[in-house]
Amino acid sequence: MNEVKIQKERFANFLNSLTDSYRLYGPVRQADMVNFVPIRDTTEIDLSFQNTRLSSKSLFLPQSERMFEYSLDPARDDAHILKEVPRDYSPRAVIGVRPCDAKAFKLLDVNFDTQEYRDPWWVRARQSTTLVGLGCTTPCSTCFCTSVGGGPFDEEGLDVLLVDTGEAFLAKVLTEKGENLFDAAKTIEPADEELVQKALAIEQEAASKIVSRVDTSRLGELDTLALYEADFWEEVHFACINCGVCTYVCPTCWCFDIQDETHGRAGDRIRNWDSCMFPLFTLHASGHNPREEKLQRVRQRFMHKLKYYVDKYKNGVACVGCGRCVQYCPVNIDIRQVCRLMNAIAPPDRRPMHACNIAWVRSPS
Amino acid sequence: MLKYTSKIRETARRLLTEHRVDAVIGFRKGTVPMICQPVLITTPQEVDTLYWDSFCGVNLANYLPKRQGPIAIVAKGCDARNIVVHMSENQIKRDQLFIIGIPCKAMGDRRKITRALNGQEVLEVTEDADTIVAKGEGFEMPFNKADVLQDNCAICIHRNPVIYDKLIGEPVPEQDGIDRYADVQKLEAMGADERWNYFQDLVAPCIRCYACRDVCPLCYCPTCFVDESRPQWLGKSIDPTDTMTFHLLRAFHCAGRCTDCGACEQACPMGIRVRRFTRKLEKDVLELYAYEAGMTMEARPPLDVYRPDDSGDFI
Repeated sequence: MNEVKIQKERFANFLNSLTDSYRLYGPVRQADMVNFVPIRDTTEIDLSFQNTRLSSKSLFLPQSERMFEYSLDPARDDAHILKEVPRDYSPRAVIGVRPCDAKAFKLLDVNFDTQEYRDPWWVRARQSTTLVGLGCTTPCSTCFCTSVGGGPFDEEGLDVLLVDTGEAFLAKVLTEKGENLFDAAKTIEPADEELVQKALAIEQEAASKIVSRVDTSRLGELDTLALYEADFWEEVHFACINCGVCTYVCPTCWCFDIQDETHGRAGDRIRNWDSCMFPLFTLHASGHNPREEKLQRVRQRFMHKLKYYVDKYKNGVACVGCGRCVQYCPVNIDIRQVCRLMNAIAPPDRRPMHACNIAWVRSPS
Repeated sequence: MLKYTSKIRETARRLLTEHRVDAVIGFRKGTVPMICQPVLITTPQEVDTLYWDSFCGVNLANYLPKRQGPIAIVAKGCDARNIVVHMSENQIKRDQLFIIGIPCKAMGDRRKITRALNGQEVLEVTEDADTIVAKGEGFEMPFNKADVLQDNCAICIHRNPVIYDKLIGEPVPEQDGIDRYADVQKLEAMGADERWNYFQDLVAPCIRCYACRDVCPLCYCPTCFVDESRPQWLGKSIDPTDTMTFHLLRAFHCAGRCTDCGACEQACPMGIRVRRFTRKLEKDVLELYAYEAGMTMEARPPLDVYRPDDSGDFI
């Protein structure tokens, strides 16, 4: 692995040297929050944040994305033909992605980039983007990445990982994309042993700062129906107001809704983030809604992340422990607490009889 | 505040033990500092989870509409007014309710505290009558509580519940000499274009999560206009026109009903000052109809009254 030293005073120069080869995106402070935006002036980039308010998923799955456009003008040859909206897939570098968000992209790949289905917009955006991560030297008290397979300096999904050592960044070049980025930067100073050791100490200290622990070890083995019918959902759902905050700040919530919007004789087909918290989410055209009640919607969110996903993909939970939903839920519904409740339910033989019966009926083997 | 907690628990225990109510709606301590969680308890064994401090800003009246059976609810001044609104709109019946009234000492605003600390994370908060102390990694910062109140609490003139079955402490003095509408007057002084730009900038960060709507006790429609699909009134994208339409219509639906509890503003994950929309309507209703929402069951809300002899010349 290639390790590079970037003096902080030269960091803006480093970024400027990339602008000929890449479209740059990075974290910029806007009032009380920091979010990822396209960078016009590299001095705007602010790497002093703990975590961005919104996750960086919108770089690949925008909240509203025009997919196609169409004309309804019968005089036109292309009337009623959906035409893909042209988009810029030239090389892009995203600076300052937290390891939790990068891990989330890998997690979303299992939905958008599979053997069976490849979402062209997701795949092309992923292919054209080089992710320059920023390790977390000061994790939040709500962070629990180390409980869900990640860590404050986890490299999964990143092309480069920056370690802030004070006066300089140590840049770990992790992939070919990462090497290409440093080729574009031209001037490269290899990291010396002292810097590497310093970075290592910082990484170890950061991991010890993550004090929030959540046990997910039993989720895979627990009976789905026993979890589904558990009593604690009554308690968990009460405070929920069924807003979209948790799902919209979440880096791993991938659900979307496709809408056609017509303006006069032209229109767009747009894909928008959707939320399982909304009553409209599962409303059928017949008027029937399989998740009519708030409890059902709340349960769905947690069961999807912590049980259905676990069972289907067998690569852990669909949560990267970024803690945003914990911080921004208006009524303090805490996924860590819900996960503890789920993980701690009684084993199958101590379940109430009716739950066992239903399980038997559904799986007669 | 601890005194309130023990009084709330004592009252809840008695009500549940004597089977006077099926459940008590109150708050429990949050899992993170500066937010408490609405909770419903149904047994005397659970009463010790009930809690009160300066971060109980969620309006509990939001959990009442269409609830069945006898129920107790912890209510600040604004919650109590929203309970009156609910009763006047037939969402809950008076004889179902046991209202545990809280003479409210105003709620703290976690964003103001975080902002004053330049975003440093608060790990623990302690408080006494006039001071809130925020502690974190390497700092301990005392705040004068009056400096870090929710904006709506700072100008509140109805801190004592207007309706209750038991008041949990001595009534607090109501604020007087408060300039309640200085913020609205600034907006009124703007020209039309300036004002339009102001509101567009205000909602620019909106992500359409609807937390402002969902946390609001007034928003109990079985299907909100934004969720109607036949016809679909509103686009689902973050198109500025759709976003603005949502905010304007939501505000107008609250006209003459809003108690300025501030829950919407506290709920917004993007820190949008959504009260900027409702405040002007609140002021207009006060000036045009001499009416404040939720103060009494005697008067009907102005916007559900039709009078042939209305003094307005538009009739």
